[in-house]
Amino acid sequence: MSTHPTHNEHHDPEGSKIGMWLFIFTELFLFGGLFLVYAVFRNKYSAEFHHAAEELNAFIGTMNTVVLLVSSMTVAMSVTAIQKGNSKKAIGLLILTVLAALIFMVNKYFEWSHKFEFNLYPGSDVVKGLDHGEILFYGLYYMMTGLHALHVLIGLVLLIIVIVRLKSGRITKDHYSLHENSGLYWHLVDLIWIFLFPLLYLIT
Amino acid sequence: MKNDKHPHISSYNQHITVLLVLLILTFITVAVSGLHFSTFSVGVALIIASVKGATVLTYFMHLKYESLFLKLIVAGVFLVYALVIVLTFTDYLLR
Amino acid sequence: MSSTEKYTHESYLEHKGKYKGLLGWLTSTDHKKIGLMYMYAITVFFLVAALLGLMMRIEKIAPGPTIMDAQTYNGVFTIHGVIMIFIVVIPGLAAVFGNLFLPILIGAKDVAFPKLNLFSWYLFMTGAILGLFSQFVGGDPPDTGWTFYVPYSAESSTNVIWALSAAFILGFASILTGLNFIVTIHRMRAPGMTWFKMPLFPWSLYATAWIQVLATPIVGITLLMVIAERVLNIGFFDPALGGDPVLFQHLFWIYSHPAVYIMILPAMGVVTEIFPTFSQKPVFGYGAIAISSIAIAVVGYFVWGHHMFTSGISYWSRWFFSFLTFIVAVPSAIKVFNWLSTMYGGKISLKPPLLYAISLIFLFLIGGFTGLTLGALATNIHTHDTAFVVAHFHYIIFGGMGFAFFAGIHYWFPKMYGRMYSFRWANIAWGFLFLGFNVLYFPLFIIGLQGMPRRYFDYLPQYQTGHVISTIGAFILIIGIFMMISNLIYARKKGALAGPNPWKGVTLEWKIPSPPPLENFDEIPVITHQPYFFGDTNDED
Repeated sequence: MSTHPTHNEHHDPEGSKIGMWLFIFTELFLFGGLFLVYAVFRNKYSAEFHHAAEELNAFIGTMNTVVLLVSSMTVAMSVTAIQKGNSKKAIGLLILTVLAALIFMVNKYFEWSHKFEFNLYPGSDVVKGLDHGEILFYGLYYMMTGLHALHVLIGLVLLIIVIVRLKSGRITKDHYSLHENSGLYWHLVDLIWIFLFPLLYLIT
Repeated sequence: MKNDKHPHISSYNQHITVLLVLLILTFITVAVSGLHFSTFSVGVALIIASVKGATVLTYFMHLKYESLFLKLIVAGVFLVYALVIVLTFTDYLLR
Repeated sequence: MSSTEKYTHESYLEHKGKYKGLLGWLTSTDHKKIGLMYMYAITVFFLVAALLGLMMRIEKIAPGPTIMDAQTYNGVFTIHGVIMIFIVVIPGLAAVFGNLFLPILIGAKDVAFPKLNLFSWYLFMTGAILGLFSQFVGGDPPDTGWTFYVPYSAESSTNVIWALSAAFILGFASILTGLNFIVTIHRMRAPGMTWFKMPLFPWSLYATAWIQVLATPIVGITLLMVIAERVLNIGFFDPALGGDPVLFQHLFWIYSHPAVYIMILPAMGVVTEIFPTFSQKPVFGYGAIAISSIAIAVVGYFVWGHHMFTSGISYWSRWFFSFLTFIVAVPSAIKVFNWLSTMYGGKISLKPPLLYAISLIFLFLIGGFTGLTLGALATNIHTHDTAFVVAHFHYIIFGGMGFAFFAGIHYWFPKMYGRMYSFRWANIAWGFLFLGFNVLYFPLFIIGLQGMPRRYFDYLPQYQTGHVISTIGAFILIIGIFMMISNLIYARKKGALAGPNPWKGVTLEWKIPSPPPLENFDEIPVITHQPYFFGDTNDED
């Protein structure tokens, strides 16, 4: 028997991928709880939700949707690149993805700070003076986009780790599990936004 | 152990096509939100979002080329979630 | 019976990694050491919470304040519940015996993600310690009960946020363990071990793991929402701001009812391993038991509303949840029939593990049938939030999961430590535990039916007889617990060598030395027949 534990060295890309999918499921259910709350309150206060949603900037929302969709494509392309053994191209595409993520966060920052200027944040006197449905809409808006932004940041960190490992040659054509799984995580961020966007910004 | 065959590699062109489809759907959902379908509008928005989500799952997340097991559990998870929504609404809609 | 005897091989217990001593344990990714670390931590927390339970019983020996005031009592039952549910019972069997034996039972060297496994343990400990902090940091201990019902939990001035964060982090640890087990079972079964050649404890862990992955996040987000309510005053659950407290109950029970199956499924799995071994007979209805685990997990996911029959939910949803509750009793009953049929006609040897397992059937049946009483809409109105409920879920959780844990520890102890405990003391301890348990909890059914509410620190004089009997039972039970633990600790140090297969078991763990070596198997076994094949057992010495 060897002198040091060897059982850490078990490699199974398919197993890691299943693990990542399971983690994605937990994330979906995490947001799923919020979507359930949204559904219940939207059903109860549809007029007020409509009214409050008009305060949101649909243009920034649309722009961020486009940014995330593009970033989702670049990350998928970077996986294709590493599968073909082209790590330079993979790095370039991931840097584009990171840039897109940063643009998304900057947009979000402006969007939120604009609302804060008008004291539209949870628990503020302005919000508390609104109708019930509107209070809940803003609560959900901040909770959902906030939690989503947190996931963007986590995804950002993962992508940067992948870039570093691509550079150091630890992720290669034959060993790209982390790359692929970080990509999956990034798509999850996109997937959640695909539902957040019409439900928060496009209520008619 | 099993299905360790060569992974399927999606082409760059496929990714670009998928993105175009997603952008078109985004455009449609924004345009449609201007029209007033009243109670149907949330349905329309959700249908378009579901199509977009399914596209991301199928192509970007590569599900189309994964094992049957993975496809089944993803479908199962969405089914479970749908049932949770339905059961919760048997309370809220029928009170 | 020499206490100085030593086994000759180097087992996982002696193996030194990079570090020695305690640090060696804390950095070990060996699934067996992680399992033991869970077990030690859980045992400590269990004893603390059990003593808190005893204090509650002493308080109730007479009407009016006896040893504590009402607010202290609220704090004590809250922390008793939080520790027992989130720290002891939910991780309990899956994290301890799952970690210790899942890889061995399926012929693997470790779980799929050993580092993640160690990380889960650290998350678990972080959550557990946060839970303890909630008792001591400035302000009063939380007093909401383990269910954290709003609106009170959003308003109580006590340290509710600490307890909420603790539960959130513990949930995360539970998710990661579940994720690890699913991938382990999918990817690491020994060659030849098809799904239906897998032992039944792994089957039950598989079903459990799916609930852990798919239900826990819902309570995670719910607890976050309550934290947001307290910090930001958002109003999701506050009627004054348009929110809906019943919605919290939905979200909470969407997780917390399946959580009951996170507790009981591995318990069923453990005793399913025990019955064939001590009957020397293949398990009866292997396929039915395997599938019933999955069925319990699936149906059990959709019965959460039966905790809310009196909360004002709609008629049809009450009807539906009640119906599903009765359905979920079917696969549970299938398991009981199969256990009994496994013993029927077998060569039964009534060793301590079987004794505990049989008493589980008895207690679980009482818990199960009273569960049906509660699941029926009409009787639920009468018994809701009474001591009847307290008795019911203690019969299920303690009588089911607790006794399964005791059965499991007595079954696998010789494998875990390579030493055998005293049967005599194990049997005597069982006597105290079984007697104490029933004396403690059975009277609660009766006074519950008579109208004694749960969570009250005071009561009307007519309930005193029941409370006094129950308190006597608590003392007997505690004596039993300490007797059992002392017996095991003594055996750990001084017990006689057990040998690789003291029970003549046939699953894979009995084919390797006791305690197992670091990576379990010198050579990964190739599986050729059913897991409970007793045809040819003399391939061991």
